[in-house]
Amino acid sequence: MVGHMAHRFESVQQVREGLKDVNYLADEGIAGVAFLADRLGKPVLVEGPAGTGKTQLAKSIADMTGARLIRLQCYEGLDESKALYEWNYKKQLLRIQADKNSDSWSEVHDDIFSDEFLLTRPLLEAISADDPVVLLIDEVDRVEVETEALLLEILSEYQVSIPELGTITAKQIPLVFLTSNNTRELSEALKRRCLYLHVDYPQMDREKEIVLTKVPGVSENLADQIARIVRSIRQLDLKKAPSVSETIDWARTLVLLGIEHIDAQQAKETLHILLKYQTDIAKAAKELSVDK
Amino acid sequence: MLDLLSGFVVELRNAGLPVSLTENLDAMEAVQHIPIEDREAFKYALGATLVKNNSHWRAFETVFEVYFSLRGPEYKLVEGDGDIDEMWREMQEQMRQGDGKATQGGSMDSLTPEEIAQMLMQALMNGDQAMMRALARQAVQRFAGMEPGRPVGGTYYLYRTLRNLDLDGMLDKLMEASKQQAGGELTELEERLEQDEYADRIDQFKKEIEAEIRRRLVADRGAEAMAKTLRKPLPEDVEFMHASREEMQNLKKALQPLTRKLAARLARKRRHGRKGPLDFRNTVRHSLSYGGVPAEPKFKYPRPAKPELMVVADISGSVAAFARFTLMLVYALQGSFSKVRSFVFIDGIDEVTDFFKGEEDIANAIHRVNTEADVVWVDGHSDYGHAFEVFWERYGKDVGPKTTVLLLGDARNNYHASQAWVVKEIRHKARHVYWLNPEPKSYWNTGDSIVGDYGTHTDGVYECRNLRQLEGFVEKLA
Repeated sequence: MVGHMAHRFESVQQVREGLKDVNYLADEGIAGVAFLADRLGKPVLVEGPAGTGKTQLAKSIADMTGARLIRLQCYEGLDESKALYEWNYKKQLLRIQADKNSDSWSEVHDDIFSDEFLLTRPLLEAISADDPVVLLIDEVDRVEVETEALLLEILSEYQVSIPELGTITAKQIPLVFLTSNNTRELSEALKRRCLYLHVDYPQMDREKEIVLTKVPGVSENLADQIARIVRSIRQLDLKKAPSVSETIDWARTLVLLGIEHIDAQQAKETLHILLKYQTDIAKAAKELSVDK
Repeated sequence: MLDLLSGFVVELRNAGLPVSLTENLDAMEAVQHIPIEDREAFKYALGATLVKNNSHWRAFETVFEVYFSLRGPEYKLVEGDGDIDEMWREMQEQMRQGDGKATQGGSMDSLTPEEIAQMLMQALMNGDQAMMRALARQAVQRFAGMEPGRPVGGTYYLYRTLRNLDLDGMLDKLMEASKQQAGGELTELEERLEQDEYADRIDQFKKEIEAEIRRRLVADRGAEAMAKTLRKPLPEDVEFMHASREEMQNLKKALQPLTRKLAARLARKRRHGRKGPLDFRNTVRHSLSYGGVPAEPKFKYPRPAKPELMVVADISGSVAAFARFTLMLVYALQGSFSKVRSFVFIDGIDEVTDFFKGEEDIANAIHRVNTEADVVWVDGHSDYGHAFEVFWERYGKDVGPKTTVLLLGDARNNYHASQAWVVKEIRHKARHVYWLNPEPKSYWNTGDSIVGDYGTHTDGVYECRNLRQLEGFVEKLA
């Protein structure tokens, strides 16, 4: 582990304000967990429905602290060579062939397993970085359970062991965010090492604020209406409830159309931006009694 | 403080949350970084370190309330404390100026119930949080009739309080008032939105009342005893047969992510099956590109056939909820089966496969099953024997060697003939026959339950009391 280092954040309030400055409206919970992540030096596992700003949170934190964002997008079949590191075989081969006769075997052997021939992948890159970084491991639920184990060493010790080189330890503890859409249960081992943050759809007031900050030219009145309608729609039993990003899209559309006050007809005509399933649209139209 | 925290963690474990030792230590460390007077931050610090599953959050919140509810500055239990009276006086001031309806000054305790109702309406109208909290406190004090040491559950007090407040009527009144305020008619959309808004606030108010009752009970009985009475099963452990309406809704919510997870897991299982035996033909074909040397051995990947499923469910009274959940789960996983047919019965039997066809919304289909299926033969009391007989007569020919038959029910046959031979016949023709029973194992074969009679002819009788058990079974099935 690394020695004591200065904390990035002074207080929860500061995190909240800092995030607001980069146009991310955090609630008490989000800011609190981000603050703790820094203080405890622990990764944060962010879970929640799609489109509630999980990935954006990591980006915004990076933005706010002026750190570089290193992103590892997870997918089925992700392995060591894509996540951690890989030896540059071609270069190694060239090195061996270049001076076949001059060096002794042991020299070559030591030489080709050095930093020069190492291709760093996101995880190793985050560990070995000199500048401040935020590591985002996106959609971690997509990798197989076995691959999860790859992450464990880095998440708890902030180090990577390479058999040929030894252990590379982080010069500084990066802020780490893992996001998950909860398509499968993550392993206990992984969860235990992380702080847990569940990001849900925002409260009405916060959603209104989000619309106001993210959509230029929207009036207070319209934002209020949008947030109310979205809240009502989310209460319905839908296949896929509208996400925050869809709310923003909808607000943009309404602004573009020059609508100041949503009436039933306009709501019905633009519902397809909020909802993506025909049955959902029909249901919402009926429930909001605009299907006349 | 340390004692309190460890007591808290013990209670969380009692409630069924898996809290490990490291997580416990993390929590201890986390709270040191948080200003202790900030109750919200304190809660999130504990939540982030101890709760790693969103469906456990409610259980966590309840325990947190019980353990730390008396410690926030805004939760003093002193009767008629200063700021409320002040707020009340201000309120009166406004009312007097507003519509000239002068009321007697003084503290809240001297109000008539009508005045309280009036104030509540005002508070709900304006969404005045502080006022709502004060009123909740007042309402509990006045209506709940709580006495120290009385061994009565919180729900009883809640019921008594709510009965006196008539919150359902309140919603109508609020709508009426807001219509007047808007000066004339609201469009339907606006009306709907207003209604949602008020319903939301009334919900909030109800929660305030619940919290207040809980606080008083904790003060009376102590945190540990209270936590014990409040301990509720986690959503996946709620029993189908005894779920309350609220629990039912939570169950429904829990079902959707669960099916998604299950579907992903089943698909993965299919794809990542073990390597099979050597595929000789394929190996030889590929050897041609190596000059006839079989350098690249090829293997046969087993492709397990998807089972065909026939679900036969009892949908009479007590087991209806269970049948509903199983049907929902099975249809949500349709992709994992080659064909799903479903039948429901009470004493008559009817095929309901068509209700699910071309219906994207499973909840809708279930509703149709409940209302349209023709399942009553004589008196509408479960008669497994007759239902099975008719099933065999009408659909027996469709049961084939690929079919897996699921029989759902508690096998409480009202002392009719069991006709267990049908199950035996089905088993001869079908690949598998399973029986799922939502009753606890200890109740089986007691009273008019004859699950044993049928069970001997099946490949297994499974206890499926909650979502966890149901999930486990379905995973095994596909």
